[in-house]
Formats: sequence, C-alpha cells, structure tokens
Amino acid sequence: MKRRTFTKLTAGLSVAASLFGTSALAQDNMRIALVVKALGIGFFEAAAEGAEEAAKELGGVEIIYTGPTDTTAEGQIEVINALIAQGVDAIAVSANDTDALVPTLKKAMQRGITVISWDSGVAEEGRQMHLNPSSNALIGNMIIKLAADHLPDGGDVAVLSATTTSTNQNIWIEEMTKVMGNYPGINVVSTVYGDDLADKSYREAQGLMQSFPDLDAIIAPTSVGIVAAAQAVADAGKIGEVNVTGLGLPSEMAGAIESGASQSFAIWNPIDLGYSAAMIAHALASGAAMAEPGAEISIGRVGSITLDDTNAAAMADPFVYDASNIEQFKSIF
Amino acid sequence: MLKRLISSREALLVGAIAVLLVLISSRFPGFVAPSNLANVFNDTSPLILLAIGQMIVILTKCIDLSVAANLALTGMVVSMVNVVAPDLPIVVILVIATGLGTLLGMFNGILVWKLAIPPIVVTLGTMTIFRGFIFLLSDGKWVNSHEMSEGFKAFPRAEVLGLPVLSWIAIIAVILFSVVMARTTLGRAFYAAGGNPHAATYAGINVGRTQFWAFTISGALAGLTGYLWVSRFAVAYVDIAGGFELDVVAACVIGGVSIMGGIGTVVGALLGALFLGIIKNALPVVDISPFWQLAISGAAIIIAVALNAQANRKKGRIILKRAEHAT
Repeated sequence: MKRRTFTKLTAGLSVAASLFGTSALAQDNMRIALVVKALGIGFFEAAAEGAEEAAKELGGVEIIYTGPTDTTAEGQIEVINALIAQGVDAIAVSANDTDALVPTLKKAMQRGITVISWDSGVAEEGRQMHLNPSSNALIGNMIIKLAADHLPDGGDVAVLSATTTSTNQNIWIEEMTKVMGNYPGINVVSTVYGDDLADKSYREAQGLMQSFPDLDAIIAPTSVGIVAAAQAVADAGKIGEVNVTGLGLPSEMAGAIESGASQSFAIWNPIDLGYSAAMIAHALASGAAMAEPGAEISIGRVGSITLDDTNAAAMADPFVYDASNIEQFKSIF
Repeated sequence: MLKRLISSREALLVGAIAVLLVLISSRFPGFVAPSNLANVFNDTSPLILLAIGQMIVILTKCIDLSVAANLALTGMVVSMVNVVAPDLPIVVILVIATGLGTLLGMFNGILVWKLAIPPIVVTLGTMTIFRGFIFLLSDGKWVNSHEMSEGFKAFPRAEVLGLPVLSWIAIIAVILFSVVMARTTLGRAFYAAGGNPHAATYAGINVGRTQFWAFTISGALAGLTGYLWVSRFAVAYVDIAGGFELDVVAACVIGGVSIMGGIGTVVGALLGALFLGIIKNALPVVDISPFWQLAISGAAIIIAVALNAQANRKKGRIILKRAEHAT
C-alpha cells in the first residue's frame, strides 16, 4: 500500500518534471536516461556523477537520472513508462528484476529508443546490450580471495547475502563456489540472508558468530550487509577474530576499516560504471556502434568493451580497498 | 482467581514463550544462555518501546503506521546534528530525538483530533511524508559510522549493572507506562476512550484529545527509539526500519491488544514484542532454510492471533451467561 502510493507520487513528479523540462531544452540534445534500482543509494548517485562526466565529454548530451524510491520492479516500470512518454533517446537501466521489465523495455525499443542494461541486467530480449561492472566470475573469485588472503592457514568463512532472490548475489556466490578448489583449507560453512535490512543483517551476523564460534571471516557481497556485519563483529568484541569482507562502498566502510572489523573489501568504481553506461548508450543511439556479438565499443577513458554471444560485456576488475587507500576514496563515493 | 490468572492472556503468552525457548534450545542449546537472552532482550528493546506506544494508540481505537518512518526521520535528523556538532552532549541529542518524535506524533494527533480523519489514512500519509522528508534532508545519502562521534555511538551500548543502556531504557519505559496506564487519569482515559467512546464522552472524557495524547506518546517513543536505532546500527539512511511498523502492530496483536480498542496492557505489549524478538533472533541460529524463515515468522503471528481471538470469544460468552443467570 505504502509502496504503491509512494512510487505513483514519484512517477507523477517525474512526468511533471518532464513537461517542464522539454519546453526549455534545445531539440538537438541527446537525452540519455539513467534508471537506477532506487534513488538515494550512494552507489547510484556516484554512477550518475560518472554519467554526467561522460555527457560533458561528449557534448550535446543530457543525462536524466531517475528511478523509483524503493527497489521494486513495479516502480521502475512506471518510471520507464514516463520516460517513453517523454521520448528520450536512450534508456540505461539497472534492473530490480530480470524479467519483469522486459515488456516495458520492448515497448521502448519499438519506439526507437536505445535500451541497455548495466549493473543488474534484464533478460536478453529486453535490451540491446548489457554492461556488467565486472565479470561475475571475477567478482566470485574476488570475494573469496579477499577472505583467503587474510587466512594463510585456511579457516571457516560464511556468506551473508542480500535476499534469497537477489540475482547479483546469487550468481556471485555460485561463481565463488566454482573456484573454491583454488583456495584449499577455506571452508564455506553457511550462507545466510540479511534481506538488505540493517537490523536483519546484524542479527544474521550475530547468529553466524554464535553458530560457528570458530568463524574466521564473513563475506557479505552487499553494501547494507557488510556494514551491518562489521558493526555486529565490533559489538561482539570479535575484531581481529572475524574479518568482515565482501563488496561495499568506501564511504560506508571507512569506519569498519578504521576499527579493524574489516581488513579489506572490493567494489568496482561506480563512477566509471555510470560513465561507461552513458558512453555506450550514446554510441548506440547515435549509430556509431552496433549492438551485436563480437562488436567492440569504445568507452572513452575506461578503454573498450567487447560484446559476447549474449550481447553482454564486462567493464573491469573489481578494485580492492583497504587501510592504505580508504582515506582517499571515502569522500568520493 | 487462580483460574483467571492461568487463563489470562499474559500467562498464555509467557507459556508460549517458554515453549518457544524449549523448542529453540533443543536445536541450539546456547540460545537460552543468560548472556544470549540478555542480547535478545537488548535487540528487542526498540520493538518493545514502539509496541508500548502503539498499544496506547490502538487502545483508543486508532492505529499509528507512521512509527517506523518517525523513527527513521528522527534518527536521520539526530545523525545529521551529530555530524555537524559532534561535541553536543548526549542529553541534548536525547531531548532533540524525543522532542522531534513528539512533534511528529502531535501532527498525527492533531489531524485525527481536529480534522477527524481516520487514523489509518492519516498515518499512512504521514508515513510517506516522513520518509519523503528524510529523502529531502539527506539527499538520499547515508550517514555512516565513521561520521558519527564515539559518544553518539557508545550511549546505547554503555553497560549499567550488566545490561546495556538500550535495555534499561526499555525496562524503564515498561515500568513507567505500567504505572501511567494503571494509576493516572490519562492512562484510564485511554482505556475508556477506546472501550466505549460514547460512555467516555458522557463521563467527561474528550475522546479526540485522548487520541491526540496517545499519538503524542507514540511519537515521543518512536523519536527516542530513532536515536537508539541509528546509534546501535551505526548507520542512518532513508530505508532504515523499513516495514518495521508492521512488526510493531504484530507485537501488539500477539500481546493481546484488541485492534477494536479498549483492551490491552503494557505487559502484553512487552510479551508480544519479546515473542517476535525471540523468533527473529532464533531463526538465524536454528539452521532453518532461509526460504522457510518468512513463512515461519508469519505462521507464528497468525497462530498467536488465532489463539488470542479464541480467548477473547470465550470471555464474551461467559459474561453473557452470567448476565443470563442474573436475570
């Protein structure tokens, strides 16, 4: 009930904004919409910053940064419908659901709008290409490597994920399981789900430390979970015993690195991701590149990507943050 | 007398909690260790505080769906205040949190009292408004643990006589409101206004104003909890405590607070909150597939409410029989 009213309100606002917006703008500006999972998440704010940077570099491009106020597919559908009505040139979406957005995005493509997905993808028929921040295999390997690097003699680790249905987290955990053979002595003793809620993640982390008193590391490949787990470890007085690692944002993890609850964690650079998404959307919408298997698309300062058989591409390796570089990055995103 | 005590809602709940603990300890013995039970109580304290406020509101035939949003807004405001003025004493932070929560509660109360809008509509609206305010204030950004001052984060964790301050605040609130509900005019007015509004009006109780005070108390408790929540989890963002209002209402309903108003006790709300808190804390350690956990929490709530409804129905019948015999 609450969600519906809230998203409707937002959709209404964005429609209103568009009505005001169109009249004031020059017609020849290419308008690229960056649709995110939900507004107000640091990661996406940083991506929007990157997209703006790309727009400046390209010239004649306007970035519309939008999304629902909570992470629902319904909210995104309403936002995308509003964008179709506005007649934007390209939509770059980080999807809350792999399949639910497909019919709406198909409609957008029928109207000649370039549709790409980035970060969290949509099914193949719902987009022209998908930009992964990194390859799932690399991330899966990275999260276990982060834990293993601090456990030279092996040890027990547990995974604290988001929800049981989070596409991203499930794929990463699957990839992680595939490469476990490369890390002898490291055992994954449990996988729990904190639903990306601070309080539930905190309780799940507490539960892990109780169920497995010899636990050496908690791997949380989600930004809410990793912060909550670090706090739970600090409150349990287990700093130094249990290392919290995984994927998080430097600004949110600075405290945990400082306290020692987390030795290191990784994330790709969301600024680069937003930048690349905007670059690709521009290249496809302007006809400078075609979205077909094997195509190489230049993404400015980040380099270039090559599309695979499913028209998906990986941007770069995840980047590791620790005590040596956290100060530099915590003010960025 | 003894029979009444045994069949009372509170006794039933204590029994249910005991059974629950036995079941959990059969799978994870460490759960019933005193130190862990203290942890569970501490973790449940925010829920207890909100459930007390919610109980009072429900007593007056209203409902406050904005408590979690009030908590989140107050939490965000005090976090931002802390970032700007890290040296502010905790007492000031507590006053700001409780004061802001009170104002937000009064806003609900005024709409219900003076404009006579149905409470569910008012609080559904203010819930969204409060969340929207957080968005505007914070620009959607997080306040993170390294931005909060040490004192700000340490207060709910500080130990007094072996228990964290957070737990003590819940205990004090339970005692305080038990006395208020049983021994003060306002406390009795809450019961009267919800139990029989017409009779209450004839008895000189202003039902609207009583409801206003109920919302005010609920708001004050939500505001106080807002600070405790953000400092405990050391993070503030738009979605904190998302959906928590439903837990709070569930705790009240499990605790035997009648959604029709007029029936309920502070101890009931406390036990209802503990029941939910124990389930929430036990699920991670009893090794049940996460896919089942939601279904189990939901089933526990429905069973508790079904038992509740059953108990209430019996009571009604007995009263009728007595009346029959009397005539």
